[in-house]
Amino acid sequence: KEVDAKSNRSFQYFPNMYESVGYEAYQEGAIFPGNMEAQKPVDGTVSRGWMPYEYEDDNDGYASAKANLINPVPLTEDHLSNGQALYGIYCAICHGAKGNGVGYLVETEKILGVPSYDAREITEGSIYHVMYHGINYMGSYASQTSIEERWEIVHFVEALRADLMGVPR
Amino acid sequence: MIKKKLHLSTLQLFLASLFLVFSMMGAQAQEDATTSDAESATPVEATPSESDTSGGNATQGEALFKANCASCHKLYKKAVGPALFEVTKRHDREWLYEWIKNSAALIATGDAEALAIYNEYNQSNMNAFPGLSNQDIDNILAYTDTPKPVATTAAPVDGEAAAGGGGTSSMTNNIVLGALALVLIVLIVVLFAVNTTLKRFATANGIQTEFEEEDRTERTPIWKAFVQNQFLVLVTAIFLLLASAYFVYGALMSVGVDQGYAPVQPIHYSHRIHAGVSQIDCKYCHSSARESKHSGIPSLNVCMNCHKSIAEVADGTYQEGIEEYGIDYNKEIQKLYSATGWSEDEQAFVGEEQPVRWVRIHNLPDLAYFNHAQHVTAGNIACQTCHGPVEEMEVMYQYSPLTMGWCINCHRETNVDLAGNGYYEEIHKELSEKRGGRQLTVADLGGIECGKCHY
Repeated sequence: KEVDAKSNRSFQYFPNMYESVGYEAYQEGAIFPGNMEAQKPVDGTVSRGWMPYEYEDDNDGYASAKANLINPVPLTEDHLSNGQALYGIYCAICHGAKGNGVGYLVETEKILGVPSYDAREITEGSIYHVMYHGINYMGSYASQTSIEERWEIVHFVEALRADLMGVPR
Repeated sequence: MIKKKLHLSTLQLFLASLFLVFSMMGAQAQEDATTSDAESATPVEATPSESDTSGGNATQGEALFKANCASCHKLYKKAVGPALFEVTKRHDREWLYEWIKNSAALIATGDAEALAIYNEYNQSNMNAFPGLSNQDIDNILAYTDTPKPVATTAAPVDGEAAAGGGGTSSMTNNIVLGALALVLIVLIVVLFAVNTTLKRFATANGIQTEFEEEDRTERTPIWKAFVQNQFLVLVTAIFLLLASAYFVYGALMSVGVDQGYAPVQPIHYSHRIHAGVSQIDCKYCHSSARESKHSGIPSLNVCMNCHKSIAEVADGTYQEGIEEYGIDYNKEIQKLYSATGWSEDEQAFVGEEQPVRWVRIHNLPDLAYFNHAQHVTAGNIACQTCHGPVEEMEVMYQYSPLTMGWCINCHRETNVDLAGNGYYEEIHKELSEKRGGRQLTVADLGGIECGKCHY
């Protein structure tokens, strides 16, 4: 099917309820600071079903998360397969489907220096911490994944690491 | 057995000589090609210097560098850590061994050199690499001494070779064309000769070759004949009415349909490169499609996840952008940096943030409710079903009409994805008994009722 590109929208006939009266997500609005409808919630507020992450984004926070943070999501078949699916979307592009640091972007040399999971000493706490805050060139994935999803990914990363090191899962 | 006498006609002679000339020219052209190849092959691109004072192997070092160091260091540019080009001239080799194996320990000893670097780079810890041997580190250091490859050294040689090759080939082309023209002229002359011979032959035999014009009766002009034929007029009128109805109806049906809408965006973002060439999953950037009604445009932090380290596109991609699309991709990445306030020199967010005003392409009227999550996550519909081959789109455009008929059509034809969905267990059992195992479509479950989409 061929679609002809055009740079203008088509005519509309009596667009009575086409434009939203209320504010829609992502729209512009003159009354908002910065002209953005999406405003940041007040610092320190906590919404239902969400808890703030307590470890700071620095070396101490990393060390402390690595030592103390425990995965609250139980290791079940469902969580693991969810983790695998999410890993495929967000992580495999650089870290590789097997976690050996050779994702497609590394293969094509767009991004370099991605370590294999068995090359470093990592714990479930440190995996989560890095996903939340990012580390060096890796950015934070907190905006794309929920708390539970990140812990599911942690389960799958640990499984990959066990495979790489030849340890039974 | 009849033996034919072998004699060469002038034509045969001509063809033979022509063949000879062509084959000689071909041989010469081939010779040209080989010589120009040989010329271009001799100056090879600059190889990393193998001879180093410590005897490190730069090629092995490159592999090690890319696997271990490139996540924070670049050779000629400041990154998370300092640029490493000629780091051996700035620091003592023994000190470098110690630093690379365990920088934190070196800092803990209070080494002044180590502390200075630690503080200069925001006190970010460099990973310890106890697994690297001194030889490995020598290799890496040998690689860091590789001078920046200068693109101009290799290019002119290739360019000359190409130009030379082009020159000879165009000359050969000219000769071939000239020969063909000659053949054509010869053929025309031969035709004339044959024609005159035949005419002479005909007159000699008394065959008439010239015919005189006979008187013709005056005919009525075609439009008068058309008007006089009433049946034809009627048929044409009906045809015109139908045609105009067709076009008027078509025009009316395209009111409010934005299929193919492709506005100019503030940043030339190419889905072709990201989703197609780089094979990034759709949901990597449009992550809210999994969970939310809106499949949002990714915020700029998602861009910076990768573009913190990708400030420039690959050379091939750059050329492609200039030649095929007239776009300087590197400038577009700079637009992203100025929007986020990222400073490449300082490797930090220092400038003012300025949100990007993307132009929304897919617009539904506010009176319709559409939810991405229930189509993407529950329905398992591939993104391309509705948005078309996005991974091939250099500029994003609206692929589907997004009209109500288009929605309804799909709801009538699509089977509900019942597998592994506990919500449908009961209804599936009941209905499959009733209807003899026929698959459930969305319409069967009330997917074309007004209230489902229009509240």
